Amino acid sequence: MSTIDHPAPAHEIRERFGFWKRSYAMLVKEFIQLRRDRVSFAMIVMLPVMQLLLFGYAINTTPHNLPSAVLLQEDSDLARSVLKALENTAYYRFIYEVHDVDEFDNLLKSGKVLFGVEIPRGFERAVRRGDKPALLVAADATDPVAASAALGSLGMIVQTALAHDLYIGNPPEMPFEIRAHARYNPAANSSLNIVPGLVGTILTMTMLIFTALSVTREVERGTMESLLSMPIKPVEVMFGKIIPYVLVGFVQAFLIIGIGVFLFGVPVLGNLFLLALLSTLFITTNLSIGYTISTLVQNQLQAMQMSMMFFLPSILLSGFMFPFAGMPNWAQYVGECLPLTHYLRIVRAIMLKGASMPNLRFDAAALVILMLVAMTIAVTRFRRTLD
Amino acid sequence: MNASNDIAIDVKGLTKSFGGREVVHDLSMQVKRGSIYGFLGPNGSGKTTTIRILCGLLTPDSGEGTCLGYDILRDAEKIKRQVGYMTQRFSLYQDLSVRENLEFVARIYGLADARGAARDMIKRLGLSGREEQLAGELSGGWKQRLALGACTLPSPKLLLLDEPTAGVDPKARRDFWNEIHALAADGLTVLVSTHYMDEAERCHEIAYIAYGHLLTHGTVEEVIAGSALTTYTVTGEDLNGLTAALTGKPGVDMVAPFGTSLHVSGRDVAALEASIAPWRDKSGLHWHKSAPSLEDVFIELMGRSKDNFQ
Ligand SMILES: Nc1ncnc2c1ncn2[C@@H]1O[C@H](COP(=O)(O)OP(=O)(O)OP(=O)(O)O)[C@@H](O)[C@H]1O
Ligand SMILES: [Mg+2]
Repeated sequence: MSTIDHPAPAHEIRERFGFWKRSYAMLVKEFIQLRRDRVSFAMIVMLPVMQLLLFGYAINTTPHNLPSAVLLQEDSDLARSVLKALENTAYYRFIYEVHDVDEFDNLLKSGKVLFGVEIPRGFERAVRRGDKPALLVAADATDPVAASAALGSLGMIVQTALAHDLYIGNPPEMPFEIRAHARYNPAANSSLNIVPGLVGTILTMTMLIFTALSVTREVERGTMESLLSMPIKPVEVMFGKIIPYVLVGFVQAFLIIGIGVFLFGVPVLGNLFLLALLSTLFITTNLSIGYTISTLVQNQLQAMQMSMMFFLPSILLSGFMFPFAGMPNWAQYVGECLPLTHYLRIVRAIMLKGASMPNLRFDAAALVILMLVAMTIAVTRFRRTLD
Repeated sequence: MNASNDIAIDVKGLTKSFGGREVVHDLSMQVKRGSIYGFLGPNGSGKTTTIRILCGLLTPDSGEGTCLGYDILRDAEKIKRQVGYMTQRFSLYQDLSVRENLEFVARIYGLADARGAARDMIKRLGLSGREEQLAGELSGGWKQRLALGACTLPSPKLLLLDEPTAGVDPKARRDFWNEIHALAADGLTVLVSTHYMDEAERCHEIAYIAYGHLLTHGTVEEVIAGSALTTYTVTGEDLNGLTAALTGKPGVDMVAPFGTSLHVSGRDVAALEASIAPWRDKSGLHWHKSAPSLEDVFIELMGRSKDNFQ
């Protein structure tokens, strides 16, 4: 290693397409760094798959041995055989037999049981007279998945069971009415709603985390000083840092939807291309917001905290957890400002209802606006000096 | 126009404060094109801050000036294209290989053939065979060479090097300086901060900054002459006792050990000689008058500025 052996061959500098070249330089750099970061790289696949399997397990499990109570107001043979039929399905396990309404309510309220079956006084006589009495079934629907599956199958179970019953013979129709009452969460989400919802939620989380750290990481590793001394503009840094993750987000969306379709049988009724297009838009919007966060904070801890501050309302107010229409007005206004709200409408509409672009233009436009707002804040907030 | 053609850096009255504390105070300097300008001063004296102001990474609170003919306040973007800045702390990507780092820089500056430029630079740096090694895994000396390579890659007109040889072994330091001289011979202007006296002596011009104040500047000879310092070098026994006895005596501005000898310096020759007279003829001590070294000058300047500014 001596001094210069080879005179420096002058390499020409070309100003044309500078914007694209610099963004590309940044993009290549980010890709290499992502590839080298084994843990992050594994998370790209692991995170969505794990979350989906965890949630999906809950979705797919047929209710099993749900702790139940029965409020027995008459001790007739018919009542006994209805209970027996219910218990035989292995859905329910009657662990309490009570004779008092208050006690029954308390069991449900305290969560000791998830189901309660109330057999009213004079039930058997009413059935024999053909009066179609009501069999009241109360479900704790705070666990909507379990509740709705069990409630949904109730009618069938009881009918098939009673078909073999000596007392009734083989009636053409239900001899009594089942009055199901989902408590605490009346508009129980169906499992179909959950997979599309998960696409949005998981993407929000992973996309935020990927970009929220991107600028602070450069600052903390000291590479920002070098980067700022080079002729690269804030917009170019932003594009270079966002675009690689659009691809990552796309892979994740593909994984989640793929698993949803093949493992959980969620349909995609609408146009797959439209779904991919709008998903890309949603991914980019979230990346922009994450990137904006990273230009606003001082260190990685703050970045994580701010991402959480954004993520929690996204889950709670977007219509993922609670039905959007049921929320108070202020919460709906907040919800409209969250990309997840609009994406949930889009993804549910495309997958479950087969919606097409004209139905979705409002939500797509909202995503574009949110993305542009975030990008503008990011570019203006990006500090060009070390002051 | 002529003046700005042979002056690469020309700044006046630069001032910068952090949180109410003035870190750079009314600093003016001129650096000739094609020269190597050494920037010296104790830790925290404002060298890095000044360099950052010059390349547009910090905005001065007041002051003005030009860098390569461009206004440092308004044309930061243009300055960035023609300036290579090597930061004090290694600031290339540790998780990128040597080649990837160089290609990244080449693309950012819009070199037509980024791959080719990186390849040539690797050869030139003597890094062939290590191009796929991660920058973070290089030894200190190689990191410095890579950093220098990265900031010279886009053929800048001005190099700002912030303590480029800190923690590098003597051989690598010498190579590094040979390279800097070769670059300057090609017409590049180099501003380099350092704590090493031998490096200062290899600069065409030096400036000494302490507590944000630029105390002196010029060629090494000018700086030494300008200090008006008289130095006696003493060798012999019990130099520690002598140090204690002389410190604080009138005319004795500085007593500093240098290896096995002691340097006794002062600006007032008469007072200095009066003070040392009782020890001059003591047996076992050998005195001789010598020109002050650069280090004597700096230590004396630092001691003086401490009184003035702190
Ligand atoms: N961004 C900042 N915010 C607050 N204080 C700062 C900042 N940058 C530098 N300082 C302070 O300014 C002073 C000068 O720092 P500077 O890095 O310019 O010194 P230096 O001469 O380069 O020192 P060294 O030889 O240790 O590198 C120091 O006291 C430092 O703590
Ligand atoms: Mg410094």
